[in-house]
Amino acid sequence: MIRFEDVTVTYEGATEPAVRGVGLDIPEGELCLVVGPSGVGKSTLLGAVSGLVPHFTGGLLRGRVTVAGRDTRTHRPRELADVVGTVGQDPLSHFVTDTVEDELAYGMESLGVAPDTMRRRVEETLDLLGLAELRDRPIASLSGGQQQRVAIGSVLTVHPKVLVLDEPTSALDPGAAEEVLAVLQRLVHDLGTTVLMAEHRLERVVQYADQVVLLSAPGEPPVVGTPAEMMAVSPVHPPVVGLGRLAGWSPLPLSVRDARRRAGALRERLAACTPPAAAAVDATDPSSAGSGNGPEPLVRAERLAVRRGRAEVLRGVDLTVRAGETVALMGRNGAGKSTLLSTLVGLHAPAAGTVEVGGAVPHRTRPAALVRRVGLVPQEPRDLLYADTVAAECTAADRDAGAAPGSCRALVAGLLPGVPDDAHPRDLSEGQRLALALAVVLTARPPVLLLDEPTRGLDYAAKSRLVAHLRGLAAAGHAIVLATHDVELAADLADRVVILADGEVVADGPAAEVVLSSPAFAPQVAKILAPAPWLTVGQVARALEAVS
Amino acid sequence: MTGVPSPAPPPEPARAPGPGPGTRPGPGADTPSPAGTGTPAPAPRAATAVPRTEVRGSLRDGEDGGRVRWLAKWRAPRAGRGNAMHAGAWWVWALGMATAASRTTNVLLLALVVAVAGYVVAARRTDAPWARSYGAFLRLGMAVLAIRVVFAVVLGSPIPGTHVVLTLPEVPLPHWAQGVRIGGRVTAEGLVFALRDGMKLATLLVCVGAANALANPARLLKSLPGALYEAGVAVVVAMTFAPHLVADVARLRAARRLRGREDRGVRALLQVGLPVLEGALERSVALAAAMDARGYGRTAQVPAGVRRATAALTLGGLLGVCAGTYALLSASGGRYGLPVLLIGLAAAMAGLRLGGRRSVRTRYRPDRWGARAWLVAGSGAAVAGLMIAATGYDPAALDPPAFPLTAPTLPLWPAAGLLLGLLPAFVAPAPAPASSARTSSGPGQPGPASGPASSAPAKEAVR
Repeated sequence: MIRFEDVTVTYEGATEPAVRGVGLDIPEGELCLVVGPSGVGKSTLLGAVSGLVPHFTGGLLRGRVTVAGRDTRTHRPRELADVVGTVGQDPLSHFVTDTVEDELAYGMESLGVAPDTMRRRVEETLDLLGLAELRDRPIASLSGGQQQRVAIGSVLTVHPKVLVLDEPTSALDPGAAEEVLAVLQRLVHDLGTTVLMAEHRLERVVQYADQVVLLSAPGEPPVVGTPAEMMAVSPVHPPVVGLGRLAGWSPLPLSVRDARRRAGALRERLAACTPPAAAAVDATDPSSAGSGNGPEPLVRAERLAVRRGRAEVLRGVDLTVRAGETVALMGRNGAGKSTLLSTLVGLHAPAAGTVEVGGAVPHRTRPAALVRRVGLVPQEPRDLLYADTVAAECTAADRDAGAAPGSCRALVAGLLPGVPDDAHPRDLSEGQRLALALAVVLTARPPVLLLDEPTRGLDYAAKSRLVAHLRGLAAAGHAIVLATHDVELAADLADRVVILADGEVVADGPAAEVVLSSPAFAPQVAKILAPAPWLTVGQVARALEAVS
Repeated sequence: MTGVPSPAPPPEPARAPGPGPGTRPGPGADTPSPAGTGTPAPAPRAATAVPRTEVRGSLRDGEDGGRVRWLAKWRAPRAGRGNAMHAGAWWVWALGMATAASRTTNVLLLALVVAVAGYVVAARRTDAPWARSYGAFLRLGMAVLAIRVVFAVVLGSPIPGTHVVLTLPEVPLPHWAQGVRIGGRVTAEGLVFALRDGMKLATLLVCVGAANALANPARLLKSLPGALYEAGVAVVVAMTFAPHLVADVARLRAARRLRGREDRGVRALLQVGLPVLEGALERSVALAAAMDARGYGRTAQVPAGVRRATAALTLGGLLGVCAGTYALLSASGGRYGLPVLLIGLAAAMAGLRLGGRRSVRTRYRPDRWGARAWLVAGSGAAVAGLMIAATGYDPAALDPPAFPLTAPTLPLWPAAGLLLGLLPAFVAPAPAPASSARTSSGPGQPGPASGPASSAPAKEAVR
């Protein structure tokens, strides 16, 4: 269905090709996953299928890409629109119209499908994706998962043979991601659609793939194989694979179910050790019961309510965070996580209740004074960056924070070596940009650090670097609050997990206790080794080392 | 979603809860067929208007029962995609109201126009983003009114007046600025004149705002002929971009606060300008890519002859329109003017029609212009027509002089004509009540009836 013949893409002004020597053959009805660290050309590979590379992006494509027998050199993207459906990373930038039904029909209108056929297909697609309830809703009022489903639906209505998806689940909460993946699987199984997908969150998708294309380093030709083969050699892999490698299972398990079947022996070996999570629960139990001891809380919110317009986004939220503590805020899209974080930096005034951060009331404190108490890295780190170059950004940050010249630059170098001084912040990779934004925030040395979805778009390497830095900061006495959908990150990093639902705190307790009690928020390792409270591959590895 | 109010009985039986013998409001309402054919004069009407029904009844016997059915049939249904009012009908109605407003300076009539438009908006607007613009237009109208009055106070008014309200200190101006006055006497007549003038402008704005709130602008553009489709898409995209841009500005200003800079003031706004523009550009590039990948701009192969004919017809038609208009307006060519104009128009239309052949597009569920659309558009046209007729009939009542001061009176017939504009509030499909609570306050909220969207059906039930 999709055939790459020795394809090399070189963008204008680039010295090295973005992808080199790609030869691929993806048969019909397969779900093919493109895997690799960020910046290896995954998006380029996907773009070449829809013809957007090179027709839209510019650059030079050598070799030949054919989709359903059409050569992308001679067919422009619009002429491939009836065989290839493309959904990009940000569904909002994909929408042309303003309501769900019109959006589903838009592609068919462009292709000139007959009106009664259009009508029938829209109804079918509404049912297939479970969108029937939302058909008249303005797209702007939908949640992230719903928007992603509408975006997929809008390309499905033209009945494409190939569906190309770039990170379809990375912005979604676990529940919404499952929804989207269930739809994709149905398409592959029932309709024989070929799906080509790139995704960083492998733990969500790898068990659904029929084939994995591994791009291990920029410019290296891809390796193609079954998911199990590829995961054995891949530099990026989900925790289930990490555990499998650790235990020496072969073939590697890809799903929790497979792994559980093999894990009997491992569970027995681990029975002798005390999981650190259990130890932590025992240790923190008295302090959380009688909250008198421990350091003074740096963040304190009591009966906090926040309204936006007529909507009550937060209701009666109580939250205390002490120095050295890391708290993960979880909950579905739109539960109020981001609002809570922005209230802590004074972007919203509470409608009721009190909020205090480092002894100050955030919304009544001048920004210049507040940055010394609390720093927030927003969901889109780029919002924090205004300057043309990294160096200028760092100078501005030093000035804003009143820090000694060069301190921000030193922080950047410490967080992530090799960020070029003269690069435009826009041209940095996600990981580099996050490091820069984090450095900018840390320049003012705030004792409280808030992060909103820090791992969105990060590959596993960037994520583990971030985890290491945040651990270091917590050890140095920072209080850290992160809002995240990433259960693996929360399990890895957080001391406490707070779950928000519909603007209220529905669970607040030690990380192990909270994530283990709910299947949606449990990390893969915990699911495999249940009932023992192991959370991460790292914990298991250390325990095994101690045993042997 | 519950659909509870929809099978409610028509108004008449509800108002007279079963006083007459042999009246059974329930079945008569739910199944109108026996009432329509069998009983000549069903009793519900009798309770309120016995004599009139008697008189009419002698003329067209047996039709009154039919009226119950007729009313039940014409009761506004729940609005959905399928029965959505044509956007053009709302615009015709609103422009009709605006035309009526432009013909009068009688404050009472203007207030009536605003009230009528406001009632229709309250009863029939949805919770979609564009529907929220009505409040903005109202505020804009108030601002216009205030500015007009402030100008009249500060700069004086050309209207002669005897009732001095207050005297501001007058700024002495050099002699070359004669005729300009700052400060000085403020007369009641001048104020009244300014108030009326401002109110007229404000009313026009409110009418436009009403159309904006009631009609989906994107749908209006969908009704354009095929050849203009691409221009229409550009406008739609621009319209969806504006809210994004506003959100971007808000987000980036908030981000300034995170950097420890002031987030208020003009400087803050200017400094986020560049990143906002960058973001908008990037988004438009992403959107262009998405549209290209979805088949935007696919064209059909059209024979060269047709292409040339299209160009010739369109250009020739436009030239004809220009020449015809010129001839009509100038004194010399009165005889040729009209035919040339008409031929030009026809040629241009044919050109557009032919041009539409190049695009392979089809339309998904275009809005139908049905009987309800005719009623809505007709009510607007009727209001405008009646008001224009009234200007010839009783100019003094519509345009009462500001000097000498008189209390405005409400001329009965023009006011009655304006009330025709209320018709859409009864015939246009009513928006679903629950959705407003759902979108504005999240799913888990048991929202006690909120806002106009949900109070509208309540009014309906009372009526």
